[in-house]
Amino acid sequence: MGDIKEVKEYLTNLPHTWCAGCGNGIVLGAFIRAFRESGIDEDKLVVVSGIGCSGRVTQYLNFDAIHTTHGRALAFATGIKLANPELKVVVMMGDGDALAIGGNHFIHAARRNIDLTAIIFNNSVYGMTGGQLSPTSPINTKTTTTPYGNFENPFNIAELAIAAGATYVARWTTYHAKQLKKSIKEALLHKGFSVVEAIAGCPTQQKVKPAEILRFQKSIKPLGVFKREEKEEYVEKYLKLVKSLESNLETEKL
Amino acid sequence: MAKEMPKIGGVFVQMEDEIASISATIGASMAGKISMTATSGPGFSLMQENIGYAIMAEIPVVIVNVMRVGPSTGIPTAPSQGDVMQAKYGSHGDYPIIVLCPSDVVDSYLLTAKAFYLAEKYRTSVIVLSDEIVGHMREGVDLPEVEEVKKNMPVIGKGKKIHYTGLANEKGFAIYEPEKYEKLIKRLYDKIENAKDVVSYKVENPDAKTIIFAYGSPYRTAKAVLKLAKNVGVFKAETLFPFPEKALRKVAKNAERIIVPEMNVGKIVKEVERVVGDSCEVVSVTKLAQLIDPYTILRVIENG
Repeated sequence: MGDIKEVKEYLTNLPHTWCAGCGNGIVLGAFIRAFRESGIDEDKLVVVSGIGCSGRVTQYLNFDAIHTTHGRALAFATGIKLANPELKVVVMMGDGDALAIGGNHFIHAARRNIDLTAIIFNNSVYGMTGGQLSPTSPINTKTTTTPYGNFENPFNIAELAIAAGATYVARWTTYHAKQLKKSIKEALLHKGFSVVEAIAGCPTQQKVKPAEILRFQKSIKPLGVFKREEKEEYVEKYLKLVKSLESNLETEKL
Repeated sequence: MAKEMPKIGGVFVQMEDEIASISATIGASMAGKISMTATSGPGFSLMQENIGYAIMAEIPVVIVNVMRVGPSTGIPTAPSQGDVMQAKYGSHGDYPIIVLCPSDVVDSYLLTAKAFYLAEKYRTSVIVLSDEIVGHMREGVDLPEVEEVKKNMPVIGKGKKIHYTGLANEKGFAIYEPEKYEKLIKRLYDKIENAKDVVSYKVENPDAKTIIFAYGSPYRTAKAVLKLAKNVGVFKAETLFPFPEKALRKVAKNAERIIVPEMNVGKIVKEVERVVGDSCEVVSVTKLAQLIDPYTILRVIENG
């Protein structure tokens, strides 16, 4: 990937606050490369984030970018998309952000099949606040809030998204940066609610060396594109309704 | 709204919960549309975090709260004015807020229009704080024309590379220095509290010895008292916050007594006491879960 200069054009306000070895930078790099290949107009792309390490992306991206409140990025994005359907709205969330506090918005955005692209930085931990359990932490994991091990079952993000109605769903890890980029590009070009889960490591909270995290990610299964469906999208349906009501009114006037 | 909005090229969406509703409302405003949401007490509680977000990020939104009895599910849907302090202080942190209180159908129309005007002009959250009686009121009205409201902020999707955040910020980027934070908060207060066109009120018989200070549906009660009693005036607060201190002080100069009828345990009466308690007697009249009838206030006037 000898395109660092081109990627940097879309970054701003550096240095960032992410730790050495954090997976977020790889996901962000994959997003920028995917965007460059997608042909989408940069003035029509909006990035929306929530709270947490992943939430910081909006400060670093040189696009229109909205840093919202914890868990609410998808709800903000829904308002943005409905107000200006021309925009490509990309929502970047962490696993706690998207699936714990924001879990309700996640399933309902999927249910509506609204044209948003959700990229979930899944490191299975609340990194920024001190390594607490997240809804994707594996069973038996020891975290600061589960010092005796976790008794809860983790969400399977991809399966949850499919069950809730998302029409493009993929999962990759930061080890699979090229495949991740390809899926993000496909998600950006998909009409409807698209979800890309990017499994990323948090060396600071998980106390594992970044290289070991990447080696482990090689063995994670299943990965790939799990859902790809053409289905009428929510905003388009609404615009059709507006058009039909307008023509009704005009006929009445005549 | 669901029926009318698409007819005029607008959008109505029923979100999954009130937190989502306020979030989508703010998002729509950022993307260049005039936007609002409406709820009652329980939903208003859920919206509080993002009401503060809109104030910090300086995004215009209008929130209608039709007050009902609480706390919790209370009596659905008996009337109340119990949320007045939540409207003022409900979100966390230090922030100013504009709260407008309609008393009838025309008010509901005009003050909602004013709420949009103020929200866009000052780039802030504006609360239209109605109550169950006003919310369900039906009456014949003449509605005057109101001025069209224009966006007064950079909106996304125009290539401007805007960054909005709920972090304390300068031009969208986080600040951490206490001095800069203090300057920011003072500016947010200053733009609302020193604005000339935010506070509105009406005074009838300002020279009367007894003044009824009323907001929301108790203003209707106060109007009935005006017809039944002599030497009584009414101060109608259309803007509840910022509190109409100056105007109230002026009226209180000639008054011996100010009566404050409220459908709560007596909340705004504390504001009235703070402002004019040293110059005249302040009397609280309260009723819970029902409208205050004129005779309740008349008895207070007659019995001294």
